Amino acid sequence: MTAPCLIFDDLTLGYGSHAAVHHLGGTVEKGSLTAVVGANGSGKSTLMKGIAGVLKPMAGRIDRAGNVRIAYLPQQSELDRSFPARVVDLVSLGLWPRRGLLGRHTADDRRSVRGALEAVGLAGFENRALDTLSGGQLQRALFARVLVQDADLILLDEPFNAIDSRTVADLVLLIKRWHGEGRTVLVVVHDLELVRRTFPETLLLARQKVAWGDTAETLRPQNMLRARRFHEAWEDDAPWCEPEEHEHVHIHEHAGDHGAHHHPSMQKAAE
Amino acid sequence: MSAAYDLLVAPFADFGFMRRALAGSLMLSLGACPVGVFLMLRRMSLAGDAMAHAILPGAAVGFLLFGLEILPMTIGGIVAGAVVALGAGAVSRFTVQREDASMAAFYLISLALGVLMVSLRGSSVDLMHVLFGTVLALDGEALALIGGIAALTLASLAVFWRALVAECLDPLFLRSVSRLGSPVHFVFLGLVVLNLVGGFQALGTLLSVGLMILPAAAARFWTSRVGPMCALAVAIGFTASISGLLLSYHASLPSGPAIILSAGAVYLASILAGPRGIMRARVGHRHKTA
Repeated sequence: MTAPCLIFDDLTLGYGSHAAVHHLGGTVEKGSLTAVVGANGSGKSTLMKGIAGVLKPMAGRIDRAGNVRIAYLPQQSELDRSFPARVVDLVSLGLWPRRGLLGRHTADDRRSVRGALEAVGLAGFENRALDTLSGGQLQRALFARVLVQDADLILLDEPFNAIDSRTVADLVLLIKRWHGEGRTVLVVVHDLELVRRTFPETLLLARQKVAWGDTAETLRPQNMLRARRFHEAWEDDAPWCEPEEHEHVHIHEHAGDHGAHHHPSMQKAAE
Repeated sequence: MSAAYDLLVAPFADFGFMRRALAGSLMLSLGACPVGVFLMLRRMSLAGDAMAHAILPGAAVGFLLFGLEILPMTIGGIVAGAVVALGAGAVSRFTVQREDASMAAFYLISLALGVLMVSLRGSSVDLMHVLFGTVLALDGEALALIGGIAALTLASLAVFWRALVAECLDPLFLRSVSRLGSPVHFVFLGLVVLNLVGGFQALGTLLSVGLMILPAAAARFWTSRVGPMCALAVAIGFTASISGLLLSYHASLPSGPAIILSAGAVYLASILAGPRGIMRARVGHRHKTA
């Protein structure tokens, strides 16, 4: 039996008083490769932000395995491409978890940065200014930064948007490599064919969990239809969520499938 | 030889007030110019201007209570600057409002308060001193203050360099790997306030931001890396200080504006001649095949 890497315990994430991820429960196993799919506004990016710790839960919590190191590649990067930095400076940011604010970058560190650039096909781009890179090259550089971070849990939010097919193929190989190395990987993807080909597990979101598990099972037509019925817009006159009413559904949904809620190796991440 | 000596060296060799003015403006450049580079790279150049206005009421309170005394005016300026920087920073971090709007709101309130307070007591000469400074009247106490601020600024930049770069380049990434994002932002705003307060002794609240922003803006046209950009900004600040003081001495011009105009001249020359300036972008259309 594998150990859990993440446990979502009745997790609600959102903005203002509106929930974007609503009472999500479930477990991400260590070493799993999971696609997160759903329509625009279904809560995929919000969930990633919550796991990465940049958005605090409105209710419920995320338990993370002890000392898990997370690498997070957001969908809408706040990266300032006009900032006077070279590709090697961007990728070296991935050394932060190891070296922090003041630790000196060693020869090994520099080798790992060079190795990462080679692995993503950007050897020779070290000294290129960021504002001279194409969209695909920048995405490769960001993947190189994830490589350097050497994380146990990798979160990629729509990493293939506006990327050509050759680059997608290269980046998918990297994702498979991470999976092969036993890292836990969650990727937000829109291309369902790519999901079927590449990801053993899928979480289908429509603000709430529609289905989660084996990819073929999750992407069954019935589930896709349920996900499509999801209404994206927030409604100002939406009823307030009543906990008692929800608790009922929650217990029912979780019967038997998430016994590890209080696994001893898990640390409480947020409350 | 003697003409060159008279032109460039004699003013400093012969007059103590010129030497003190030189020491003050050089030390000011040492701290303020690198801070200006980060201010510019964060697209906060005008926020620096706003902060310079914001320290006015604090300095005015010091002036109202103690007259033209350096310490009360400095402490007042730091307190007012910190209140505005923290207030504007907190509003932008924790609400939907962006920093440009919150900073503008806070500084406008602050500036109005400052002008009101100075007018309650001082003559227009006093107001001119607070607004435009007196670099030629720097005493030992003021120099020690400016030197301390420069040392503290350089030490803080050395310690927080990596976080400052990460915060500018990819703030969301920094938030995902470290909790330093918000603290480093406030440390940085603190450095801005300190250097503006240091600068207002010499250049006044309105012009002190000039020595912060103009050398940084000029350096942007010459290099595409942050470290060299900071070093070049300091060098430009030094050049502007020396040439501004000489200009002020020989042409009997007010020294603060002379220093800032010298920096302005370097900025205009950089727009034209810098490798990332207009000439290089517009002239010479040769290109490589790949």
